[in-house]
Amino acid sequence: MLVVSVQQEDFDISALQRQLLAGEQEEGAVATFTGYVRAANTGREVRSMELEHYPGMTESSIRAILERACKRWPLLAVSVVHRVGRLQPGDQIVWVGVSSAHREASFSACEFIMDYLKNEAPFWKKEEGPQGTSWVEARAGDRERASRWDDDIQP
Amino acid sequence: MLKVLFFARIREELDCPGIEVPWEDTVADLDNLQARLCRDGGPRWQEVLNRANMIRAVNQAVVAENTALNDGDEVAFFPPVTGG
Repeated sequence: MLVVSVQQEDFDISALQRQLLAGEQEEGAVATFTGYVRAANTGREVRSMELEHYPGMTESSIRAILERACKRWPLLAVSVVHRVGRLQPGDQIVWVGVSSAHREASFSACEFIMDYLKNEAPFWKKEEGPQGTSWVEARAGDRERASRWDDDIQP
Repeated sequence: MLKVLFFARIREELDCPGIEVPWEDTVADLDNLQARLCRDGGPRWQEVLNRANMIRAVNQAVVAENTALNDGDEVAFFPPVTGG
């Protein structure tokens, strides 16, 4: 199962996690990641955030990342939910969930998906604070995290 | 016709979410399309579209090099992504 949702609405983590289980009790390991809006970024106070995306391409680029993860690890289900629009500090932005028979595949695939999502999926954050609004700059560290996976030996 | 889209900081700086460019041989590849947009848009477009970290996509797939275009293609210009 492969599910991608880009949405304005908030999401329910426990409902999403239940959807990773197919009912056949094959899953031995579910790993999930949740990203939240922080109240400060690089020392600047954040009062709200506007998340923009490229409808169509955003969904297909996330789907391509999930397909790559499924080729690399023996996964049973993968799911990504990413919010767009106006968000406040403390809000959930993104959720990644992976199920597989054993924990290694779930842990690794969850991190792989998040690393590539940050580098490839067309989303842009604009922060609003006391100093005004500013577009968030891409970080070199995020590119390095994703490139770590390039040299890894395939399992 | 080519559908050209701009996102995020680029869209704001150009004050333009997108335009349609009539199809002709002189915009048959990405570099030529970009040159046309810069010429028609003036110095501001010239500056914004030639930023070093500009990402270009054709039919919703990122392209690293110049690439041939076809009538009906969707081309997008955007800054490095910052989701997640």
